[in-house]
Amino acid sequence: MNERPDTDPIEVKVVDPSQPDTAPETPAEEQVSTLRLVATLAVAGAVAGLLIVLVNLHTKPIIDEYRAEQLRLAVYEVLPGVARYRTLYRVDDALVAQVPEGAKASDFRQAYVGYDETGEMIGVATSRGESGFQDIVLVIFGFEPESGILLGMKVLESKETPGLGDKIFKDQVFVDQFFARPQTPLAAIKKGSGKGLPGEIDAITGATISSKVVVSIINNGIADWQGVLQQADLEQIVPEEAP
Amino acid sequence: MRATTPSQDFIRGIWKENPVLIQMLGLCPALAVTNTVKNALAMSAATFFVLTCSSVLISSVKNFIPKEVRISSYILVIATFVTLADMMLQAYAPVQHKELGAFIALIVVNCMILGRQEAFSSRNTVYRSLLDAVGTGIGFTIALIMMGGFREILGIGTFFDISLFGPNFEPWVVMVLPAGGFLMLGFIILGMGVYEQRKQAREAHGEAA
Repeated sequence: MNERPDTDPIEVKVVDPSQPDTAPETPAEEQVSTLRLVATLAVAGAVAGLLIVLVNLHTKPIIDEYRAEQLRLAVYEVLPGVARYRTLYRVDDALVAQVPEGAKASDFRQAYVGYDETGEMIGVATSRGESGFQDIVLVIFGFEPESGILLGMKVLESKETPGLGDKIFKDQVFVDQFFARPQTPLAAIKKGSGKGLPGEIDAITGATISSKVVVSIINNGIADWQGVLQQADLEQIVPEEAP
Repeated sequence: MRATTPSQDFIRGIWKENPVLIQMLGLCPALAVTNTVKNALAMSAATFFVLTCSSVLISSVKNFIPKEVRISSYILVIATFVTLADMMLQAYAPVQHKELGAFIALIVVNCMILGRQEAFSSRNTVYRSLLDAVGTGIGFTIALIMMGGFREILGIGTFFDISLFGPNFEPWVVMVLPAGGFLMLGFIILGMGVYEQRKQAREAHGEAA
């Protein structure tokens, strides 16, 4: 390697009396009281906390709005042909259109019941997360509660390996399989080893774990919701206007 | 270490002591998130913001911070600004925020930022710390955009999402994968080394003649 610049770029803290523009150093003997140390950090921490809270107050509504918008778009995507949907909340294994008084909507698991132009129910979408190869994979999927046929799937959040695991949402061939109305429960199989059974999903070569997680999320999610949805009288719920 | 003029404070971080290409600081973001120009730009903007704000704040309160707790205080200040940058990116540039992921939070441990505080802001005036931070921030931005630009052009065949070569270009995919970051950084530093060497040889030749 050729010559480095003559000034040492990594300036180690050296007390250099020839440096005219350094702040006056406190004499080494001077002992700073513990109280002062604690107080300095406490004040700094308090100011930092206050700043963060103030900015959070400002940005949180924008972030929540964006998330809600993404979720809304995702519902339209995983329920093909949907014209409007309404959100139902799951309270103690019963579905209600309104959360109980004083409760927050985000505390309950939600199902999105989609209707077509004529008000006919198309299916139900819901989201579920399970541990993937790296972190929780969050998937939203739509299905017909009576028949258990899957209508669509979209990965909402994933930190799967770029180039391999992220194919669960980047590989269109893989994704399209979930839109081909397969019968659940699904089974992830090695590509080419299918027996032509309904519900077979060709796993991505090199991303078997990530593929299986998606399949598992859908299977467990439908098992979790199907009973609740079948018991509830969904036909009684009048579709609300699209937002 | 020698005394510098305010203009040197500003200029040196940009090229001569470029934080990434010469000082080899802040390599984690420089390698990890420079697969496209857009990501490189978002990362640079966030780092620039954190570096400038931290430098100004630390140089203005430097006399109140006992030196026993100075590193903790610097990290506290830097972490605060990183959190602010994180929340603002999430609100105003959610797509970039998703792409950058955990690397926004990791700006806290970018040694380039802590290094500037310890080496410069903690002993210089607010004005000169600002100049130094802006210069270093520009240098960081230049390095990241060089990395991101070359990697995107070779790896995807686009620049700022604009297709450059038409449909017949076969992208050099490895350049947008992690390995491509190391390759590109190596090539850039090699190129700079060759350029410097030639320049010195020319100067030596000129003196001899």
